[in-house]
Amino acid sequence: MKAFTQHRGLVGPIDRANVDTDMIIPKQFLKSIKRSGFGPNLFDELRYLDHGEPGQDCSSRPLNPDFSLNQQRYQGASILLTRKNFGCGSSREHAPWALEDYGFNAVIAPSYADIFYNNCFKNGVLPVILSEDEVDTLFSELAAADGYQLDIDLASQTVTSDSGQIFNFSLDQFRKQCLLEGLDEIGLTLTQSEKIKQYEIEREKSQPWVYGAIK
Amino acid sequence: MVARTLYDKLWDTHLVNENHDGSALLYIDRHVLHEVTSPQAFEGLRIAGRMPWRLDTNIATPDHNISTDRSERDAGVSGIPDEISRIQVQTLDDNCDHFGIKEFKMNEMGQGIVHVMGPELGATMPGMTVVCGDSHTATHGALACLAHGIGTSEVEHVLATQCLVTKKMKNMRIRVEGKVGLGVTAKDVVLAIIGKIGTAGGSGHAIEFAGSVFRDMSIEGRMTVCNMAIEAGARVGMVAVDEKTIDYCEGRKFVPKGDVWHQAVAYWRTLVSDSDALFDTEVELHADDIIPQVTWGTSPEMVAPVTALVPRPEDEPDKELRKGVERALKYMGLEGGIPIVSINVDRVFIGSCTNSRIEDMREAAKVANGRQVATSVKQVLIVPGSQMVKAQAEAEGLDKIFIASGMEWREPGCSMCLAMNADKLGDGEHCASTSNRNFEGRQGKGGRTHLMSPAMAAAAAVAGHIVDVRSFLGQPISQEIQL
Repeated sequence: MKAFTQHRGLVGPIDRANVDTDMIIPKQFLKSIKRSGFGPNLFDELRYLDHGEPGQDCSSRPLNPDFSLNQQRYQGASILLTRKNFGCGSSREHAPWALEDYGFNAVIAPSYADIFYNNCFKNGVLPVILSEDEVDTLFSELAAADGYQLDIDLASQTVTSDSGQIFNFSLDQFRKQCLLEGLDEIGLTLTQSEKIKQYEIEREKSQPWVYGAIK
Repeated sequence: MVARTLYDKLWDTHLVNENHDGSALLYIDRHVLHEVTSPQAFEGLRIAGRMPWRLDTNIATPDHNISTDRSERDAGVSGIPDEISRIQVQTLDDNCDHFGIKEFKMNEMGQGIVHVMGPELGATMPGMTVVCGDSHTATHGALACLAHGIGTSEVEHVLATQCLVTKKMKNMRIRVEGKVGLGVTAKDVVLAIIGKIGTAGGSGHAIEFAGSVFRDMSIEGRMTVCNMAIEAGARVGMVAVDEKTIDYCEGRKFVPKGDVWHQAVAYWRTLVSDSDALFDTEVELHADDIIPQVTWGTSPEMVAPVTALVPRPEDEPDKELRKGVERALKYMGLEGGIPIVSINVDRVFIGSCTNSRIEDMREAAKVANGRQVATSVKQVLIVPGSQMVKAQAEAEGLDKIFIASGMEWREPGCSMCLAMNADKLGDGEHCASTSNRNFEGRQGKGGRTHLMSPAMAAAAAVAGHIVDVRSFLGQPISQEIQL
């Protein structure tokens, strides 16, 4: 798994709540059997004026000038600043794949949908939770300054702005460790193989119907 | 002994290991796979040189991406016209064949939408942990399963280890007491719940649906309710075991028989929350307050009784919410303040993992029977949730009722719920839909979705606009519009 330790980068905004994963990566791109290449279609329906299909060359498609991330000043953004309940809806991991492929290393929002939040950690994308007031502050600072950047440090769990303001965020320690070290979670779980096998032996004794029927 | 909720009991039974930081290794009994969220997981196994931990816990079927058109289906996988769709469906077949995973292939009896297929085959049984790379996996919670959606990395994790690394959620109980009126279905109940608690109201929680309304509901109705837990932000929705649960399971393909059946039933009866168990969050609604519901906006929480008016942004005091209402109305092409029943529909979709079971087909057929689709409606798709639902509906003659009304009777799949195949809305078209999400573009770029029950959708097909189905069911309704 890809690690995340610290990151300094340009901030790009999507100033709306409840951005769902259908919006992040529309369904027609889910037909791919690959994990990569979703970046050009991130936010496809908001980003382009025409209808996108997989395999298209996106460089010649008409851009929607009203979509924030299309503005010149946000080109190269690697931190997405957005509103509450980001990533709601479908469980598609294509959403963090697309964010990552586009170039986002982190998202900052007041809250996330559970499945999306979880999926981010598997892909080296850090979902930072700050309070609504703090996110408001960041939106104001971003609006006021071209080239607005933030520093995110996972070990100290802080977001630092150039004005020197420090915002603390919390997250699960296990997830933090996995992300810091880029751990292979499957490998980690397999170190507990004996426990899993023991569990299955006990379970089969008490609830035999769980096993064997599907073949 | 400490009183436990249903969720606590399911959690405890499946705990392999728990760490000091609260992260835990949870054992997974059933893993349901489909073509869209599994290929990268199988590829991951191959790259790492790993094999599935075991085979008899997995079950697969294609559903999201397949055609619902009879002639296209008859052409088989190699006849799927869209090349990338064909590759994806073929990849599921190849992966299942290669690793030895039980798959119900595209045209095989047993195939269906993952969350219709699992319970109807008895592959998911009470007390199991069930996961699938699909957020509507909570559907299986109707059988008192601990069921939730996972991402593709976790699909790979479950394939390789039969476990998930996870953390316990909070307990939420949503009680709905009383008796619902004529024309009020499970869909209306769950939409009313989402309207009350909001699209993030259940975040971080496992929801147990309790109270007389759910006790009175069929298992299929409970599936409709649990299915949409995710639309209220909760990964997990559940209903405790009762006689209906046991009756539902009996005799299904993968359910045990004889002594083991009795042993299972004895255990299943314990799958209820203790009477003095504590919930972190409690929500209450009353059945009398719930009438048929319709969404008017672009989030399932943007829902109202069919008798209401579309909300006006200026009536919303919260600035952030007002912005949301404005944006939704603009996308939906609606003026605030118009009656919901004045919204015309261009297409109607009856199907999806929320509402494509035999009971849904019957409810829709009851309304369609002897009536004609309005001439202004371009298309009405009736998409049964599985081959078994389709066969049952045809045995009851429901297909003939739909066809006689001018509706299309299709092959099982996810279809226009997410519009990955050819079943989709055109730009600006309004759809009366029994699916679960009214997000922007969900049913096709620029498409405008109104979520409702199967009976309401069938009624809209006949009327050509959104209509209170109770007027079709012979119950006098008040003309007064609720403000």
